[in-house]
Formats: sequence, structure tokens, C-alpha cells
Amino acid sequence: MTRHDGSSRAVLSIEQVSVHFGGLVAISDMTFALNQGELLSLIGPNGAGKTTALNVVTGFLRPTKGEVRYRGAALNRLKPHEVANLGLVRTFQKTSVFGMNTVFDNVLIGLHRHGSSSLWETVLALPHVRREEKRLRERAWEILDFVGIDKHAAQLGGALPYGEQRLLEVAVALAAQPTLLLLDEPVSGMNASETASFMKLLGKIRQRGLTVLLVEHNMHMVMSMSDRIVALNYGKIIAEGPPAAIQQDPEVIRAYLGQEVKRA
Amino acid sequence: MRRTLPYLWVGFLLSVPLWLHDQYFLHILITTGIFTITAMSLNLLLGFTGQLSLGHVAFFGVGAYTSALASLGFDVHIFGGFRIVHQPWPAVTGFAVGILVAGLCGYAIGKLSFKVREAYFVIVTISFAEVVRLVALNWVELTQGPLALNNIPPFTIGFPGLWEQTLWGKVPNYYAVLAVGAVAHILIRRLVLSRIGRAMVALKENEPLATSLGIDVTRFLVLAAVVSAGIAGAAGGLYAHYIRIIDPDIFLFIYTVTMVIMVVTGGKGTLAGPLVGGIIFGILPVMLRPMATPEAQWIIYGVFMILIVFFLPRGIVPAVQDWWQSKMGVTQAPVDGARTGGRL
Repeated sequence: MTRHDGSSRAVLSIEQVSVHFGGLVAISDMTFALNQGELLSLIGPNGAGKTTALNVVTGFLRPTKGEVRYRGAALNRLKPHEVANLGLVRTFQKTSVFGMNTVFDNVLIGLHRHGSSSLWETVLALPHVRREEKRLRERAWEILDFVGIDKHAAQLGGALPYGEQRLLEVAVALAAQPTLLLLDEPVSGMNASETASFMKLLGKIRQRGLTVLLVEHNMHMVMSMSDRIVALNYGKIIAEGPPAAIQQDPEVIRAYLGQEVKRA
Repeated sequence: MRRTLPYLWVGFLLSVPLWLHDQYFLHILITTGIFTITAMSLNLLLGFTGQLSLGHVAFFGVGAYTSALASLGFDVHIFGGFRIVHQPWPAVTGFAVGILVAGLCGYAIGKLSFKVREAYFVIVTISFAEVVRLVALNWVELTQGPLALNNIPPFTIGFPGLWEQTLWGKVPNYYAVLAVGAVAHILIRRLVLSRIGRAMVALKENEPLATSLGIDVTRFLVLAAVVSAGIAGAAGGLYAHYIRIIDPDIFLFIYTVTMVIMVVTGGKGTLAGPLVGGIIFGILPVMLRPMATPEAQWIIYGVFMILIVFFLPRGIVPAVQDWWQSKMGVTQAPVDGARTGGRL
């Protein structure tokens, strides 16, 4: 097991985290770490606690026990926007964009963290507010170009086809300047060609040196893109390691693929 | 066409007192203007952050009472045998203090909205308006209660010793309302077209996504509430120094309802919406007065409101914009302009 390998390079560490919803144990005693520049996938059957783990890391849920640290800072007591301001930006399992805003405005909203003009400066329309606005707009175009949805810029976010909407989510998340990007089932519901182009985009994102935490059911994508995989079942880590090892792991096969193997 | 339209409007509004000599109509225009300013302020909360303040008249009333009391002076006893004596200030100073106090109330309500949202926010604001009304009604020593505060001085503007002008009569007050309205409009416009306004809209549309992008919910809700309350307070100050008598009836719920109707029919979340709604519902009662009794007028209002909500659910302004765009062919000018780094 490579659980503690390279812990000196670890940027995100989840230490003995448990989450209880009343009597239900969603996550119990989970410990793993993410290294700088790594793509780590969380896999597991439905209800295994993958999204819960993501919610704990991004401040949407408070863990019952345990600690989450990012580059030395404890995240436990932080609100979601404070976590985001440390550079941890997530997407959501259910498609989540600003539907009544144009694609361009969606990305502009995402660029919130890049701006700093105060209320007074804005109301007085000081020259540097205008310069900042111009800078944000140029940056928004760069991101739209990068993700490849620039031709849809004037369309409403909610009017985009499903695949493009999921790309827009990533564009909005990238606009928030993450150092760690957390993707919650980004290709669920996509067809094969949409998935392929999403994987290409993810490759491009990784070239920028972003660390990625991926929650995904699409095994083709998980196995071909991940550096390391953490497999969950019933809120517990059952295996951890590189894709090749996970594919062979008897625990994973039993928990994740077991029934199908039996039926076949 | 769309660029020049606002200037034509301003020119038209500036020229009104030159050709309209009917004092009664001028009075209607002044009160309509004041109510339109409150509708604009409500729109900032309702249209851009999505929070319905059903106690918005409280900010208006607080602004009016504060401004009036600051310029009238008062002498009240508070518990423990203390006395607070306030010497009268100039009306313009009172006006500024009114904005400040209304803004502080907005801050308190905004802070509460951190914990309570939507339906609960509505209840908090209604309760706040009722509490303020009861204070105005029962703290007789300060507010004269139902006897009303009267002889409120009109505004005096200018530089002391150099040039001074007291705003007696309708025409100067008309221009005062126009000036405050223009300032409020520019302020709101700059705000909603900025990064701050985008953050507010983001919170309205998708709060979890907004927070995941680093947008602080509380901060921007409070900010919107403070600015909105301050502008409503300014409208209250204008009202107090123009009408020159105020009583606790200015906190009546019906005024809040009127503001909401103005915003919703005009088009919430649009900059022109409250202006259109304000003018329609300011002028409509006057047009109807010779034809219908007050009761019938309320029925006509109601029918009009239902028709608009039914046929134009987003309001008049978005409907007209859609119609205009479909007629002219879809233009994507704002985004194309931005691509070349064009102006805001």
C-alpha cells in the first residue's frame, strides 16, 4: 500500500475523519492524503461516502470527528467560501450553473476571487475599477477559449446542451483560480464522445500543475487518468493504490464489481 | 436608439416644470418620484439578491423620522432621569443622518438575514416595520405619536454666506427629487453592473455554487441591505421635508405593497423596471380618480397587477426588451464589445 508514500509532498490531508448523520455512519475513520500535482480518484458504489467526503473537504459539511488540512491550514471550522479562498474549488454532482446568466457572465462570476474593488471604489467608478473589469473580461475569454465553449459565450447557461453545461461548470470552477480542483462525477450522463473530450480537457488542466480530486463512476476515465485511487465502501477505505493495483484488489472487486462477476 | 433613450428621458423630466404649471400634477409627480426611489431601493434587494423585504417602508419611515427629528430638535427623558436635548440641525444635515440611520437599520436586518432567508427574512422585515411603527406611535415625547411631527423645515441648500436657496414650493422640490433619484439610479447601476452586483445575482441564482467560488453570502447580503435601506431612507427624508408633516401612518403596510407592485410589474432585477412600475402606479391613481371611487380604484389596481403577472410574469421591461430584440433581430453587442476589451 502506498498510503503514506510521499506524505512530505502532501497538500491535502484527511485525518481520521468521521461523519455521522444521526445514527447513520456516512464516513468512518477516513485517512488519506493528496500530493502536489496529483490526480487522485475516489471510487466506490453509490452511498459509499464519496460526495460526503468532498463536502467535508470543501466546508459544506462539518466532520463529526477528525481533521482536514490544506497546505498546513485546518479547514474544519471554515465556511465554504473561506475554503474556496484557500484555492479549493469544487464542482457539483448535479449540474450546477447560473442558468439565467450568459455563459460569459457565468465565468465572470467565477472570477470573483480575482477582483478586489470595494463598494466605495465601485460606486465612485474609480479608474482602477474599470481597469479591473477589463482585466476580468479578458481573463473570462481566455478561460472560455481554454475550455472550448467560447462560441457559446452569449447563450444563457441554462440553455446549453448537457455536455456543454458540464464544461461550463469546469470553466466557472477554473475561473475561481483553484490550486486544488475537486470534481464530483463530471462525466456522469455524458455520451462516449463527450466523455472523451472531457478527458482531453482534464489532461490540459493537469498540465497546468493543478492537483485534482476526482469522484467518478466512469471506470475507463478513472483508470486511465488517475495517479492513485482510493476505493470506499460503506464509508470506509477498502483499498488505496495505483489503478493497476486497484483493478486487481480482491476487496474492491468484491465490493464494487462482485455481484456482476457472480452473475456473469 | 437605446443609447440615446436615457438622455431623452432626463431631458424630458428636466423640462416638466417649464410647461406643466398645474400644481396638483406637480405634487403627484413629486410623490411618484419619491415612491419610485423607494421602489429602486427595494429592487436592489428583491431583484438582485432575491430577498423580499416586506418591511421596506420601515427604512423609508426611519429616514423620514430621523431627518425630521434631527432638523426639528427634541428633548426627551430616558430611564434613570437622563435627558437628551438635541438642538435643531439644518435640514440637509438631518437628511444625511436619516440616510445613515436607515442604513444602520439595514445593516442589522442584513445581519439577521445571514441566519434566516426567504420566508423567514420576509417575516423579520415585516416585524421590524411593525416594531418601528409602534415606537413612532407610542414614544409620544419624541415623535408626538399620532399627533404627528409638523412644521418640519424645508431643505436649504447652498454655501452659507455665499448663496442660499430654501426649497419652498413644488418646482425646487421636484428638482430635488429628480436629483436624488438620478444619484440613486447611478449608484445602483454602477453596483449591479460590477463584480459586487454579479456576486449578488450569483447568490440569488445558485447559492451553493456561489459560495463554492469564494463569494461570502453574508457580506453581500448585508451590503445590499445597507445600500437599499440607505436609499429608502433618503426617499423618506425627501418626503418629510417636502410634505413637512409626518405621522406613524407612513409605516402602513400598504406602502410596502405599493413598492413591491411597482418593482414586480416593472420588472424586478432590471434597472428600468422600478422606474416604469413607479411611474405607472404613481400616475394611475390620478388618472383613475375622476372615473372611479377609491374602492373601485383598488379593484382596478388588483386586476391590472394580476393581468401583468399572468401575461408578463417577468414584468413589463423584460417583455418589452424581448419584443424589441425579436423585432431587431438578436444582437449580441454586449459580449462582442467585451471581446475587444470594450467599455462596460
